[in-house]
Amino acid sequence: MFTSNPFAELSASISTVYMQGYIILMVLLVMGGTILDMMHKKSAQYFFENAKKAKKSAKRSVGGGEKVSIAASVLVNEVLTSGEFSNPRRRLSHLLTMWGTIIFIVTTAIMIFGYTAPGSATPDILPALWHIGALMLAVGGYWFWFAIRVDVAAEGLTWFRFERADLFILSLLATSTFALIWSFTGGGLSVFFVLFILSSTVLFGGVYWSKFAHMFFKPAAAYQKKITVADGSRENLPPDYDLTDPEVQRKFPDIPMYMGKNPPNMGLCIKAERANHY
Amino acid sequence: MPTFVYMTRCDGCGECVDICPSDIMHIDKKLRRAYNIEPSMCWECYSCVKACPHQAIDVRGYADFAPLGHSVRVLRDEEKGTIAWSIKFRNGKKDMELLAPITTKPWGSATPKLADVPAPSKEMRDSQLLFNEPKYIRMDEGGLHTLESNGLEIKKGVQY
Repeated sequence: MFTSNPFAELSASISTVYMQGYIILMVLLVMGGTILDMMHKKSAQYFFENAKKAKKSAKRSVGGGEKVSIAASVLVNEVLTSGEFSNPRRRLSHLLTMWGTIIFIVTTAIMIFGYTAPGSATPDILPALWHIGALMLAVGGYWFWFAIRVDVAAEGLTWFRFERADLFILSLLATSTFALIWSFTGGGLSVFFVLFILSSTVLFGGVYWSKFAHMFFKPAAAYQKKITVADGSRENLPPDYDLTDPEVQRKFPDIPMYMGKNPPNMGLCIKAERANHY
Repeated sequence: MPTFVYMTRCDGCGECVDICPSDIMHIDKKLRRAYNIEPSMCWECYSCVKACPHQAIDVRGYADFAPLGHSVRVLRDEEKGTIAWSIKFRNGKKDMELLAPITTKPWGSATPKLADVPAPSKEMRDSQLLFNEPKYIRMDEGGLHTLESNGLEIKKGVQY
């Protein structure tokens, strides 16, 4: 079961053309939803205006090579390994859901477009990856939903209280859960298949109302943040002073007067332990 | 100066919600981003500013020192034990930078180690003096320190 292609069995009941058409329709829905979302929230406009403003207060210009290295570091650190999260639990959960979703969607598309024709044998690795992807998504997603979600973890609200903002995570969870149940109950045309298709349609069709589009503007925002550090504008944040620098000590005489000429490392203070009210 | 959140920088981690002693930092129900629900109740302790891993929380400067449209950004660095401010006016004419210590000793090093101190005797318990008095108020150096004993006097009027 773990190595059988559920879409190959489904092709006996539903024509491959319809399955492929559904995938193309979902891609179009994601693209349309993302564009509508960008137009509604004016996120792209905000991003470019903010970048222009930051450029005005830049202290040095960033060269092309440096921009490429910043883009590469964003790709490795923020995009591929979710380095933006300082909380390791959030990072791990995000890695599981993100990579689970990617593996699940990519293998679905490959199996539907390449291995649903009668007589075509699906390589064992594809359905195995499809199941592993769905499982990763379910594990990371349920962990997030029940324990890590800020409403539960910080606001102390119950896990069963949800808002429209939860459309994305809930439809993701429903898609992976019903896909797994559908596969484990033998596949074919069943009630779980209907639920699987329904939840995936909500997932890809609800981009305008969900936070699905974050995967497009988050890397752009991370790149812009690193550019502001490189060009010295630092989003108007104060400089990272070296307290032992005589120039800093001359400009701010309180530092040597109260902390000495060579202030020690004062320790982690509040970062020594995680705040937890609930 | 009460705090506010730049929603584009916030990632909704909830650190500020956990740490706010006034319980006014909360998560917006629709956007899943933090916001200050009642700036007038802000103690201006800047715990949220310090706890935010993305410097997404800033302070709103009072209008008497910076007209609207300005930027007041603050960076508290626990390991250095400093607070740094960067104030920029909306016309870009004033770009002020400030740096001040927030501690002179490593965090926690000045906390009395009460577990290591011998338990007070009955006589000490019945005494009017508090823990480590008179040592902590330096009465053992010859009475309370006053302006007079230090050769100082209060000048009349407002002194600048």
